[in-house]
Amino acid sequence: MSETYTLYNSTVMEHFMNPRNMGDLKDADGVGEVGAAACGDIMKISIKIKDGRIEDARFKTFGCGSAIASSSMATELIKGRTIDEAMSFSNQEVVDALGGLPPVKIHCSVLAEEALKAALEDYVKRNPSAAAKVAMTDSVAA
Amino acid sequence: MRQVFLDHQSSTPVLPEVFDAMRPYFTEYFGNASSLHQHGLRVRDALKRARQQMASLIGAESEEEIYFTSDGTESSNLAIKGAAYANERKGKHLVISATEHPSVMNSLDFLEKQGWTCTRVGVTPQGMIRLDELEAAITPQTVLVAVHHVNHDIGTIQPMREVGQICTTKNVPLYVDCEASAGWLPIDVKEWGAAMVSFSPHRFYGPKGVGVLYRNRKARIVSMIHGGVQEGGRRAGTENIPAIVGGGVAAEIAQERLTQRVAHVAPLQKRLWEGLKLNVPYIQLNGSEPGPDRIATNLNLSTEFIEGEGQLLLCDMNGIAVASGSSCVSKSLKVSHVLGAIGLDHALAQGNIIMTLGEVNTEADIDYVVETFAKIASKLRGMSPMWDEFEHGVIDSVIAPTGRGKSFSQHAAEVSGKPAH
Repeated sequence: MSETYTLYNSTVMEHFMNPRNMGDLKDADGVGEVGAAACGDIMKISIKIKDGRIEDARFKTFGCGSAIASSSMATELIKGRTIDEAMSFSNQEVVDALGGLPPVKIHCSVLAEEALKAALEDYVKRNPSAAAKVAMTDSVAA
Repeated sequence: MRQVFLDHQSSTPVLPEVFDAMRPYFTEYFGNASSLHQHGLRVRDALKRARQQMASLIGAESEEEIYFTSDGTESSNLAIKGAAYANERKGKHLVISATEHPSVMNSLDFLEKQGWTCTRVGVTPQGMIRLDELEAAITPQTVLVAVHHVNHDIGTIQPMREVGQICTTKNVPLYVDCEASAGWLPIDVKEWGAAMVSFSPHRFYGPKGVGVLYRNRKARIVSMIHGGVQEGGRRAGTENIPAIVGGGVAAEIAQERLTQRVAHVAPLQKRLWEGLKLNVPYIQLNGSEPGPDRIATNLNLSTEFIEGEGQLLLCDMNGIAVASGSSCVSKSLKVSHVLGAIGLDHALAQGNIIMTLGEVNTEADIDYVVETFAKIASKLRGMSPMWDEFEHGVIDSVIAPTGRGKSFSQHAAEVSGKPAH
C-alpha cells in the first residue's frame, strides 16, 4: 500500500504505538485506578510527589488505542505541575494535546482525568499535612 | 511488510474473471432492464442468467424465485418486514435466534415499535440455537421464523435441517440469512424447506452493491421500496446490472470451487488456532472448535487481560487486517450482542478479535500472524493493569482460573462504580 490509513490522527497513533511513562512507580506517593462503566476500560496512574509538585507519573491501561494514548498524554502533561494545578486538570487538555479524539472516544480522556485525580486523592489521604496545605492555598486563592 | 487480510467476513476482492464479466455492462451494455428496445432486452437476458446462477448456488427450483436488492441488509429487511406486513392479518408475532445479524435484530426492534411482538430464542455457549426453545416459541400468531445459517461473529453453523423440520411441522415460513455461509457451505433451500434465503456476492469474490433474496413462491411478502415494477413488483428501482452480472459469475465460480476453497482454508484455520493456542497464554476460542459445527473461514478469539481495539490496531500496524466485537470498536460502546448471547464474560468480550480466512491466505501468512499476535498480546499485557493484577493474585483468570483473587468483572465494577454492560 502506498498510503497508510489510520483510525486516529498521527499524534494519537504515535502515543499508542510508543506510549510515554508506561509502567508503575515502585515507591509511588499516590495511585489511582478507575474504570469506565460505559465500555469496561480500566486505567491506573501512579504519581511521585516532591516539594508539592508531581515529579514523576506512570500509567497502565486496559483499553483501546485512544485510552492508551490519553493516559500517555495525561502523564506527560501533569509532570512538573503542583498538586493544586493538577487538581484542576481537565480532560480537554488531553484532547487538545492529542490534536482531537473522535467524539465516541472523548470518554477515554475523561478516564485519564479521573485516574489522575484518584491518584492525587490517594496522595492527599496518605499525607494529611499536604492536604491541609492544599486547602490553605485554596482559601488564599479564594 | 507482509500484508495479511484476515477479515474476509467483511468483504472479499472481486475476482478478475468477475470484473471482466462486469466491465461491458458499465459502458457497452448500459441499458435499463425495463426498456423495451434492444438495449433493455440485452441486459434483461443478463439479468436472467444471473438469476439462474444464484438459484443454482442455493438449490432453488427456478430463477423466478430470485430477487435482487442492493445488499444483504436490504434483503433481510425485505424478508422480515415484507413478511410481517404481508401476514399482518394472520398474526403479529415473529421468532428469531438471539445471535442474528443487526439487520435482522434491528428490523425486529422496528417492528416491535409498530406493534408486533418478537421472541428471541437463546443459544448454547457454542452459539447453537436451542431447538426446544425455538419449538416452544412458535405460536399460532407466528408469521415468520428467522434463523441464520452461520453466525457472522463466531462462525457457528446452525442445525438448519432440524430448524426447517420444526418450521414445516408448525407450518410457519422460515427465513434463513446465509450472508456468512453462501459460497463457503453448500446450501439447499429445498432440504431446509426455507421460504426465504438471503446472501450477498461480495462475501464470495463478487462485487458490492448487490444482494440476493430467494423467495419461495408460497411465501408472502410485500414490497418495502415503492416505485416501478422491477423484480416482480417486490423491489422497485433500476437494477444494478454490472453488480448483478458480476454476482452471478461469482456465484457460479463459488459453486464450482466450493470444495477446493474449503480444502484451502480449513487447514489454515486449524494451523492458526493451534499456533495461537500454543504461543499465546490465556487465549480462548469462542464458538465451536474447528470442525463440522464451525465454518472453516472463522476464528473468534478472546485474549485475556487486554482489550480488542488495541489488538486490532497493532495487528493493522503489522499489516494484519482483523475485526473485533469489543465495545471499544463499536459506536454504541457495547460488546457484540453475539458474545453477550453466548454468555461470554464481559472481560473476555472486551478482548475479542475475529479473524476470517480466504483464498489468498497462505501457511506463511498464518505463521507470521501467530508470531506477530503473540508479540502484540505481550506488548499490550505489559501495559495492562489487569495483567499485573493477575500476576499478583489480585484478580483471577476466567479462561484458566487459579482460585486466587476476584474476577476481572468484579474488579472492573469496583473501580468504575458499577458493572459494565
